Amino acid sequence: MNRIDQLFQTKKKNILSIYFPAGYPHLNDTNSTLELLQKKGVDLVEIGIPFSDPLADGPVIQTAAKRALDNGMSLKLLFQQLENARGNIAMPLILMGYWNTVYKYGVDHFLADCRKSGVDGVILPDLPVEEYEEDYKAKFELAGIYNILLVTPQTTRERLMQIEKSAKGFLYMVSSLATTGGILHYDSKREEYFKKVSQLDIPSLIGFGIHNKESFQHASRFANGAIIGTAFIKALQAGNSEKFLNGLR
Amino acid sequence: MTTNYFKTYPDEKGYFGNFGGSFIPDELIKEMNNINDAYYSISKSHEFISELRSIRKHFQGRPTPVYYCNRLSNKYGGRIYLKREDLNHTGAHKLNHCMGEALLAKYMGKKKLIAETGAGQHGVALATAAAYFGLECEIHMGEVDIAKEHPNVIRMQILGAKVVPVSHGLKTLKEAVDSAFQAYLQDPINTIYCIGSVVGPHPFPMMVREFQRVVGIEARDQYQEMTGELPDNIVACVGGGSNAIGLFSAFLDDNECKLHGVEPAGRSLNKGEHAATLSLGKPGVIHGFKCYLLQNEQGEPDPVHSVASGLDYPGVGPEHSMLKDLNKVEYHSITDKECIDAFYELSRSEGIIPALESAHAVAYALKLAKANPKQSILVNLSGRGDKDIDFVVDEYGLPGSSK
Repeated sequence: MNRIDQLFQTKKKNILSIYFPAGYPHLNDTNSTLELLQKKGVDLVEIGIPFSDPLADGPVIQTAAKRALDNGMSLKLLFQQLENARGNIAMPLILMGYWNTVYKYGVDHFLADCRKSGVDGVILPDLPVEEYEEDYKAKFELAGIYNILLVTPQTTRERLMQIEKSAKGFLYMVSSLATTGGILHYDSKREEYFKKVSQLDIPSLIGFGIHNKESFQHASRFANGAIIGTAFIKALQAGNSEKFLNGLR
Repeated sequence: MTTNYFKTYPDEKGYFGNFGGSFIPDELIKEMNNINDAYYSISKSHEFISELRSIRKHFQGRPTPVYYCNRLSNKYGGRIYLKREDLNHTGAHKLNHCMGEALLAKYMGKKKLIAETGAGQHGVALATAAAYFGLECEIHMGEVDIAKEHPNVIRMQILGAKVVPVSHGLKTLKEAVDSAFQAYLQDPINTIYCIGSVVGPHPFPMMVREFQRVVGIEARDQYQEMTGELPDNIVACVGGGSNAIGLFSAFLDDNECKLHGVEPAGRSLNKGEHAATLSLGKPGVIHGFKCYLLQNEQGEPDPVHSVASGLDYPGVGPEHSMLKDLNKVEYHSITDKECIDAFYELSRSEGIIPALESAHAVAYALKLAKANPKQSILVNLSGRGDKDIDFVVDEYGLPGSSK
């Protein structure tokens, strides 16, 4: 069974997912960061494949991606790092990146290497569900690699149904418009959107704007849990990632 | 080409053959669909067309003339004609699609226009359109280009636009697009991203083409009226490719006309020293669309260079990518040095200072004229060079000077 399904079957609330860019702050930090996250009881990890023009990310993730690229990070190297790390890491692992990186790597090659290195799913924010369904869905499903789909407050009901049909694992519920790294404000309209998505048959996690224990707990009321990215990168940068993780639970 | 080319390409999903499409975060999809629907319902209405036609005539000063270069033709051979988009209001073809996009924005009830700019021509044109319609305007521009294209920065500010400096990466056009996209994501409901060329996700490459087709439609009629025939060669520079698509689009069915797109070869065709995307790129996805892309083996866009800021882009319009594969257009490249020589040549032979972007097209036309003295050549002089004069003289000196 895919580790993502395992997780959502055994745990229904307060699932904590952490995002960090591969090769950041140093090229070979990927594995030690994974070990730390596991030790601190993180449920799910999203590892960013650095890309120079990330349309959906704010300045903190952009800058981190740039640094990782300058360090020499690449998708190929990331697969090697994960293959070595997988023996000690039981958490589900998801790669998050931009379509051109995967397209250029070759989709078949990419899926084969995901399997080999123990990757359970991917998040590709600039690959719309239509493109996915038409050209790639069959391949992903054959390989057993979950393509985690995003929904946003702008997603229409019609489209939500379409996304639900193709979705695997869980839905990544983008909390608000704009890019990663902002502050999330709640209002009745937003809560209504969260409720609409959480009533679907598939689990969901809330991301964008979750940055501490309070915002994590608050978001977790509306979904199975939440995703923290930018705030964790800031902690990595400041060298206090362990303390940051201790403060989340 | 099929007779219904413009209805065939792009298809419903925004594809020109294998290129184009829409590779964007889900939060933008609804808004892109809205823009697409608005484009089809509003821009085909009698009211919209009349208003745009009136704007083109009375505000932009269209039609722009086609001009025969007497001295240049005598010197190089051939018969060289220019489509004078430099005489379009604000000094470049960019205003053609900016007025269209801004008019659409007004009909859609948008409050603010956002865009990137390379050389500043698109930024100035959009700031002008915003002022005309009373909309807010925010232009993202790389710091390198801000320094290089200072007069255009001032013009945008005078017109009331906010110029946002972009300081990441190479600080040029690609990064300006990143930044503008992200600003747009903050509020796609009240703002509209008026992309500066035939690039970006569907429907932008189609919309910008449709608003630029006026260049080709005018030029074809004017040329025929002047000469009684069609030109043997048609030449335009290609960065994203808006001016080239505008001109080429009227001649796609004329098999006797050879179409030439001219890309920047920069300092050399070595990696990082040029932006000759169609000559050296491989299919990839950037800024929401599929096209030929200069990229490394990991799919990272390559650094690019051109003396012309408006051509300094690692991607290219999806329609050009398709026209290359169909062998309908030949794509060539011109170096920085050849561009500067042509810049001075046109200035001193005809009294027309071309934009550095357009000087690439002129440079190729001069080569073509020399090699084919019996043929005629229609060049899109897409913009005037006032914005470039300080940079050219500082970097290259005047002809014959020691610099």
